[in-house]
Amino acid sequence: MIVRKTKNSLGIAILGLMLFFTALFLIVFLARIFHMGYDVLSWEFISSPPREAMTAGGIYPAIIGTFWLTVVSIAVALPLGILTAIYLVSYGKPRWFVQIVKIAINTLAGVPSIIYGLFGMAIFVNLMKMDVSLLAGSLTLAVLALPVIINAAEEAMRGVPHEFREASLALGATERQTILRVILPTAFPNILTGTIISIGRVAGETAPIMFTAATFYSRRLPQSPFDEVMALPYHIYALMTEGTHAAKQVPIAYGTALVLMFLVLSISAIAIAIRYKIRKTRKW
Amino acid sequence: MVKEQIKTENLNLWFGSNHVLKDVNLTIYEKKITAMIGPSGCGKSTLLRCFNRMNDLIDSTKIKGQVLLHDEDIYAPSAQVTQIRTRIGMVFQKPNPFPKSIYNNVAYGLAIQGKHSKHEISQRVEQSLKDAWLWDEVKDRLHESAFSLSGGQQQRLCIARALANNPEVLLLDEPTSALDPQSTAKIEELCVNLKNQVTILIVTHNIAQAGRISDYTAFMYLGELVEFGPSDQLFTVPKDSRTEAYLTGAFG
Repeated sequence: MIVRKTKNSLGIAILGLMLFFTALFLIVFLARIFHMGYDVLSWEFISSPPREAMTAGGIYPAIIGTFWLTVVSIAVALPLGILTAIYLVSYGKPRWFVQIVKIAINTLAGVPSIIYGLFGMAIFVNLMKMDVSLLAGSLTLAVLALPVIINAAEEAMRGVPHEFREASLALGATERQTILRVILPTAFPNILTGTIISIGRVAGETAPIMFTAATFYSRRLPQSPFDEVMALPYHIYALMTEGTHAAKQVPIAYGTALVLMFLVLSISAIAIAIRYKIRKTRKW
Repeated sequence: MVKEQIKTENLNLWFGSNHVLKDVNLTIYEKKITAMIGPSGCGKSTLLRCFNRMNDLIDSTKIKGQVLLHDEDIYAPSAQVTQIRTRIGMVFQKPNPFPKSIYNNVAYGLAIQGKHSKHEISQRVEQSLKDAWLWDEVKDRLHESAFSLSGGQQQRLCIARALANNPEVLLLDEPTSALDPQSTAKIEELCVNLKNQVTILIVTHNIAQAGRISDYTAFMYLGELVEFGPSDQLFTVPKDSRTEAYLTGAFG
């Protein structure tokens, strides 16, 4: 008895320790960025373009650029991902074909992001003649987000209890009506979870937009989807690798990182709030 | 004179190589309650699911023979499965309301048909809830989640949902096996009350329940329809020795 109790306490202690280390890394990481970036934060920093070769001024065009890249890429990837998942879950036949599609999706999920960048450049920028633009970058990011969203949507739809589907069909609904009116609404909160993860990933990626959308420096905002844009992660990269005034650029890079984190957290928070609201009305 | 509602003719069903229903010839009479009893795995639920073609959902299903709804073969190539399912409603073993409001659960069957006005739908929702003896309990909270109801209420909501389509037949697949005795009694009473407007087929494990509410009883064993007849006769003087053995608890 005593041995079992000791083992139990020991187990809990080890788990606690692991939790502590995980939390510690996160806290140190956040504290560092916050500490290094906090000083450069000001209204001017988030509302004006960079000046004097990135050693002064703000990051407004990069905030706007990242915002649009994220929104457009999710707007493309979410419907595409959901439709793919519907096919896989409800219509996917024959089996071997579904298996091949799923292997392709999972492989896609494991591809290094720089490869997406090259792919985007070859297909969207060159072949489809979009040039280096917001649109080309968003589409590249959409391809990157697609596997995560498809997998999340597929899991979410498979997680909808079989009883709901049976009940709907037994009332004379077609397969299509069942998907649109019962399965998708029930699965949607969990699809949103996958989307939230994708938002964080898409907003933070540098490599895929390097050759497809991003520009080092732009004083003006993108006027159309075919303009080049500045983007926060790429701006950080630029600040740390280009230019000659490291002492002035590094704090700006940390400030940019802080803003990027805040932006991702806000977009996620909005999505979480929407999910919470849906879950409340569709409790089961 | 009782009229025939559903009739099966030499109905055979296989799941893959598993022969589940063997030459079933059964007649269901209109506006009566027919109970289907038998030990687990005897095929009674599968037979029930033949009547609204729910077995279609299982890929390996193979069916031979006929199921006639009045004189119309529901497995004919020209038969429309969605239309059959609005004419033959179903209530499942576990209450399975949608994760929607009480109102939208009942309105679902009509809403998907897309040919009813809002006013019509709200009238039918009210009538169906009244028919399922649920109206007084939910009339002040129609727009709350269906999952805020108790298990027994949820099952009556599922009955109301099926009734909203104005079906000719209601299939009940062990509708009370997940419920407490009080909710069970209420649903049994409700069934007896409903037979004025709809033909009821109920699968049950509960022999006493079959005896209490049914007009006719079918006893199934190992995929065969062993005996069918008026309940008072089948329960008092069973013709087949297997029926008698089951009723007296020798197996099952």
